[in-house]
Amino acid sequence: MGADTSVSHVQPAGEPVLRVDGLDVTYTSDGVVLPVLRDVALHANPGEIVGIVGESGCGKSTLSAALMGLLPPNGRVTSGRAMFRGVDMFSLNAEARRRLRGSEISMVFQDPLTSLNPTLTIGAQFSDVLRAHRDGPVNRSSLRGRIVEMLQRVGLPDARARLNSYPHEFSGGQRQRIMIAMALVLKPALLIADEITSALDVTLEAQILQLVCDLRDDSQTAVLFVTHDLGVVAQVCDRVVVMYCGRTVEEGNVADIFDQPRHPYTRALLASVPSRKWRGGELPTIRGRVPSLDALPDGCAFANRCPDARAICHEQEPHSVAINTQLVRCHAHDPASGYGASREAATQFGRVSP
Amino acid sequence: MIDERVSQPLFSVRDLRTYYVDRSRWLDRLRHRRPGAVRAIDGVSLDIVRGEIVCLVGESGCGKTTLGKAMLRLAPATAGTIIFDGRDITGLGRSAMRALRPRMQMIAQDPHGSLSPRLQVRQLLTEPYRIHGVPREAQYSVGQLLEMVELPAAMSQKYPHELSGGQARRVGIARALALRPDFIVADEPTSGLDVSGASKILGLLRSLRAEHDLTFLFITHNLRIVDYIANTLAVMYLGRIAESGPADLVLDNPGHPYTRALLDSLSEPDPHRRRERRRLLLPGEIPSPRNPPDGCSFHPRCRRADEVCGTRPELVSMGAGRQAACYHPLVERPVDSDVTA
Repeated sequence: MGADTSVSHVQPAGEPVLRVDGLDVTYTSDGVVLPVLRDVALHANPGEIVGIVGESGCGKSTLSAALMGLLPPNGRVTSGRAMFRGVDMFSLNAEARRRLRGSEISMVFQDPLTSLNPTLTIGAQFSDVLRAHRDGPVNRSSLRGRIVEMLQRVGLPDARARLNSYPHEFSGGQRQRIMIAMALVLKPALLIADEITSALDVTLEAQILQLVCDLRDDSQTAVLFVTHDLGVVAQVCDRVVVMYCGRTVEEGNVADIFDQPRHPYTRALLASVPSRKWRGGELPTIRGRVPSLDALPDGCAFANRCPDARAICHEQEPHSVAINTQLVRCHAHDPASGYGASREAATQFGRVSP
Repeated sequence: MIDERVSQPLFSVRDLRTYYVDRSRWLDRLRHRRPGAVRAIDGVSLDIVRGEIVCLVGESGCGKTTLGKAMLRLAPATAGTIIFDGRDITGLGRSAMRALRPRMQMIAQDPHGSLSPRLQVRQLLTEPYRIHGVPREAQYSVGQLLEMVELPAAMSQKYPHELSGGQARRVGIARALALRPDFIVADEPTSGLDVSGASKILGLLRSLRAEHDLTFLFITHNLRIVDYIANTLAVMYLGRIAESGPADLVLDNPGHPYTRALLDSLSEPDPHRRRERRRLLLPGEIPSPRNPPDGCSFHPRCRRADEVCGTRPELVSMGAGRQAACYHPLVERPVDSDVTA
């Protein structure tokens, strides 16, 4: 990388790049207000890859959009804070948000073709990104050199010649690399990667994951890695946040979560990954479906699918409690919840855990 | 051919080729020295034993879906033979093929795109009966079909846009089952589904196979699914079979460097072991079938390649029911190996 000192990454030791507290986001649809995110809390330290996992509809992508300030017109942050290097992003005006995006916070989406402009060459799009976030004039040839260097780093063959190519002239894997190069060219302090490997073959997935890890190691970028693939989480993430129905249900170090998942939903997710262990037998699955946001049940949103649910789980919403390094939002793990004394609810389903 | 299996294969494909005409501009073709044909399938031989789940894996663009379609005669066969249940169907005419069609069905990759948006589930499920003129007494009822794929009876009134991805997938499976087939090509039946949704579909297919005596060609790029469900595994690379054999054997001890590379690319599911595990990442991407490399098409990305690999390797027996097309396989080749393709 060039000797660029304009973006500083020095963080006071132990201070996270991002800290989200009590985040509530609603979508309004046909006059109905849907609670898409409720009381979401998480943080990301410099050089840390934080996995955000959960099934579709759990709010993973809304979380990314809210942090980027890219919620759809019917979406609204109703409460909470997102402290980015000590500044609450939700308190900034549109212009200040825009300056933050790209230069200090970057995002890569699942489908690179929809995020690249089909009518501009790759070189032109890169220059736009660099110019938009630089004060004062930029030397043209040094700009080009910087772009080529970045494209070479993400393993794009023949980078200099291909600056004049259009997005459709690249393969899916190459476009994903270009997007990552574009997201990282300004050395952001925070990268939000939303399902960036979901559409790729394993061979490309492995290359892209390696790339993200290398860049994190070099620039100490904090990464929010949104995915539904638990294998990918195990491979690259340092910490994991598990989401269900717009809430964070469990959080912890990746090894702790995989060794000892505490929330019944985390346990069920981990158990339903296919492997030879289950050959010839039934794969464990999570019964039932994610409840829809306009008909969320009282109490814990997972209670109607949970093998351990008791009466209290259908009545009161659980709070997050800390167990060693993990945070768990489950009555069964909260000594103050009265779960132990609560009667066994008539369980609809058998146990999930093997 | 050395083969420990006794039963006659349900499907037997020999040296199958599917070439498409390259529609790119002639000037581009000249400039890039393109031959004018896209070799989607370039000499595939594969046996599918009755009652088995054969998984076909490989990177996108390797010809997996085309092979599945070509076996069902839904994609053209430029050369080679396709034997179904002892009968050569390669050159079978439209009407003869139509009579055979109910026995071989395909579950398409895009569940919503393959269901007509104007029809209710009830109509979608009985559509195959209308098309094939199946007499009433040979038909399953809509209720029976929904029950087979574990959907509630109330679903029969819904339109495709009202269905979730998993539900649409189940309707697609029910449509394939309606005609009581022997053989089903399932093209990425879990793609786009969450972990738990995917597990449910896999469990369903596995139990349907047992109940209805089905044989599956299961197209996927997910080796974890293969590990759960496959009896036999065939690995494809650029229109050819790189390696095939009993799934456990191939996954535990791959013979072809490409199979090894695919396994190495898999994410380590145990976070404690991710640092120590040696991951040899496969460089580059799968080349274009418009302009495949000479010789072994994998050699430009292969660590074991040398000058021999400039000539195309044949698929040869490696013993224990396994075959590989490689001059430098990772397992020892038996002394009296014979050429099978």
